[in-house]
Amino acid sequence: MSKINQIEGKAVPVEGNDIDTDRIIPARYLKEITFTNMGKYPFYDERFDAEGKPKGHPFDLPQFAGSHILFVNQNFGCGSSREHAPQSLMRWGIRAIVGESFAEIFAGNCTMLGIPTVTVGRADMEKLQALAKQKPETQFLLDLDKKALYSEGKEHLKFEIHESKRNALVNGTWDSTGLLLANAGKTADVAKKLPYVAGF
Amino acid sequence: MAKGTLYNKVWDAHVVDKLPTGQYQLFIGLHLIHEVTSPQAFDMIKEKGLKVAYPQRTFATVDHIVPTQSQARPFQDNEAEQMMGAIEKNVREFGVSFFDFKSGNQGIVHIIGPENGLTQPGMTIACGDSHTSTHGAFGTLAFGIGTTQVRDVLATQCLAMDALKVRRVNVNGRLKPGVTAKDVTLYIIQKLGVKGGIGYAYEYGGSVFDNFTMEERMTVCNMAIEGGARVGYVNPDQTTFDYLKGRKFSPAADKWDKVVAYWKSFASDKDAVFDDVVDFNGGDIEPIVTWGITPDQSVGVNDKLPEVSKFSADEVKTVELAYKHMDLKPGAPIKGTPINVAFIGSCTNGRLSDLREAAKVAKGRKVSKTVRAFVVPGSQQVKAAAEKEGLDKIFTEAGFEWREAGCSMCLAMNPDKLKGRELSASSSNRNFIGRQGSKDGRTILMSPAMVAAAAIEGKIADVREVLK
Repeated sequence: MSKINQIEGKAVPVEGNDIDTDRIIPARYLKEITFTNMGKYPFYDERFDAEGKPKGHPFDLPQFAGSHILFVNQNFGCGSSREHAPQSLMRWGIRAIVGESFAEIFAGNCTMLGIPTVTVGRADMEKLQALAKQKPETQFLLDLDKKALYSEGKEHLKFEIHESKRNALVNGTWDSTGLLLANAGKTADVAKKLPYVAGF
Repeated sequence: MAKGTLYNKVWDAHVVDKLPTGQYQLFIGLHLIHEVTSPQAFDMIKEKGLKVAYPQRTFATVDHIVPTQSQARPFQDNEAEQMMGAIEKNVREFGVSFFDFKSGNQGIVHIIGPENGLTQPGMTIACGDSHTSTHGAFGTLAFGIGTTQVRDVLATQCLAMDALKVRRVNVNGRLKPGVTAKDVTLYIIQKLGVKGGIGYAYEYGGSVFDNFTMEERMTVCNMAIEGGARVGYVNPDQTTFDYLKGRKFSPAADKWDKVVAYWKSFASDKDAVFDDVVDFNGGDIEPIVTWGITPDQSVGVNDKLPEVSKFSADEVKTVELAYKHMDLKPGAPIKGTPINVAFIGSCTNGRLSDLREAAKVAKGRKVSKTVRAFVVPGSQQVKAAAEKEGLDKIFTEAGFEWREAGCSMCLAMNPDKLKGRELSASSSNRNFIGRQGSKDGRTILMSPAMVAAAAIEGKIADVREVLK
């Protein structure tokens, strides 16, 4: 598993608080039994009209094509636990998300996929979204070791990230199965001590 | 840091190790799976050559994609049929118990766990569904998880987790007649906001919860996640133990006293320390309806819709979007808003007591000609019990459709969907844009009795006036 220390690229702003995972990916796409096609669907109903023509969502604007960083506001990813939401963003090209706050399950799902979810204050996010809109060619660098976001090579601001999430990403242990499996013996010991596991 | 709470005790009993990342490895006592979020997880463990580590602690059912008009196979929707085939194959291959249509125990995953006695105090529970918080009603820590975490639980029976803070949410006093558990949960979300619970587990308590039945407690815990709290719970008490006695997977009667003592040991101590405490007065709560696109955008049914100027600057955009999407006006009453669809069901309000409350309103009345109304029992057991009491006849005579068990129009991954701009009065949990199957569709959340009242009046109504 790869260590994730830095993410570099252009940023795409998606504005608004409380953008739920139904808006990120409508439930009808959850009927597919693999994640393979999810990159086609992020924000589908906000991006396309009934005939499938783009309505001018940032994900379809040429200046944001190829962006790897997503700028969002408060409580991003609230609602359903569907991992299809971060899968769809990742498969579209997003490698890191900077926001004011994240819903818990969504942020956990992102970590499991190696996508950092880092937070900044409201005023900073307004500036970041404005910068991405005004100068969409801006190259950002998100450094997890220094907990800093750089634009065009200069330090722009510091961000927050949950320390255990940061550790998992920078040490390459964000895909947790290996860590958990290594403790199979200890797991069995805990199970043995729980009376309900043995049927009391 | 919270101390001496149920959260702390259940957590401590299930910690396997502190991981190098700083997260904790937590043993999961009960893993519930369903057809939508599990196929990719099974593929991942197959790819890694792994097995299901504790198949005897894993239970499966089907709920999200199943049609509610007929459970006959093959389903008309090819994708749904394929998804059904995938879970059938996976449970067979990995030796997981499966509550399928033939079992008589099929239903919404958060309804079948409790009704079969699988959900027990002091457990950790995980399921690839955000409404897993429902199971907290029994004094469990129940986590909604994503598919890659479902893979981890399948492969190891564990999750890598960060500890939460604990907020005690007290509701004391007495509820007014006509005010239900759904109104209590919508009220708490209205007051604390959809983001208020981020980073917290909610411990619900106070005399209102002490007096609640298990089904009422489940309704509140179900929507903890709508307030941002991944986990919500109520301490186990005599109501909990009485509910569990004699259920299919409940411990045997000869061990009962020992088991109850064990369960009681998890309840928060009298001098437990919480990270935060909030107090509400049950007598302040009215029947509540949502008016917007997040579950905290709600008012009492007799209130006027709030002016945009009442909201903080950073909420204005969401509020304006909500008014535009809903086509409602600040300052206008919500009562009297015409509806097109009435939906009674879901993991929030698809249990027997919910159907009884709605049937009291439906009895001897007729659904408005302008409304498409249907009742979807949460499980095959709920359906059978309701039919035994004749609730199905009350509903069909009033003009409601009576359906098979499933998630139905709560999330519209099945044929039950809104069309175009239709507005639904819904007993479910989310009023998000597009949630009920049409990107332009509109949802007003309320209690099952209030949905029945709206169905009969053809518009948003105060159930207390309809029953007069």
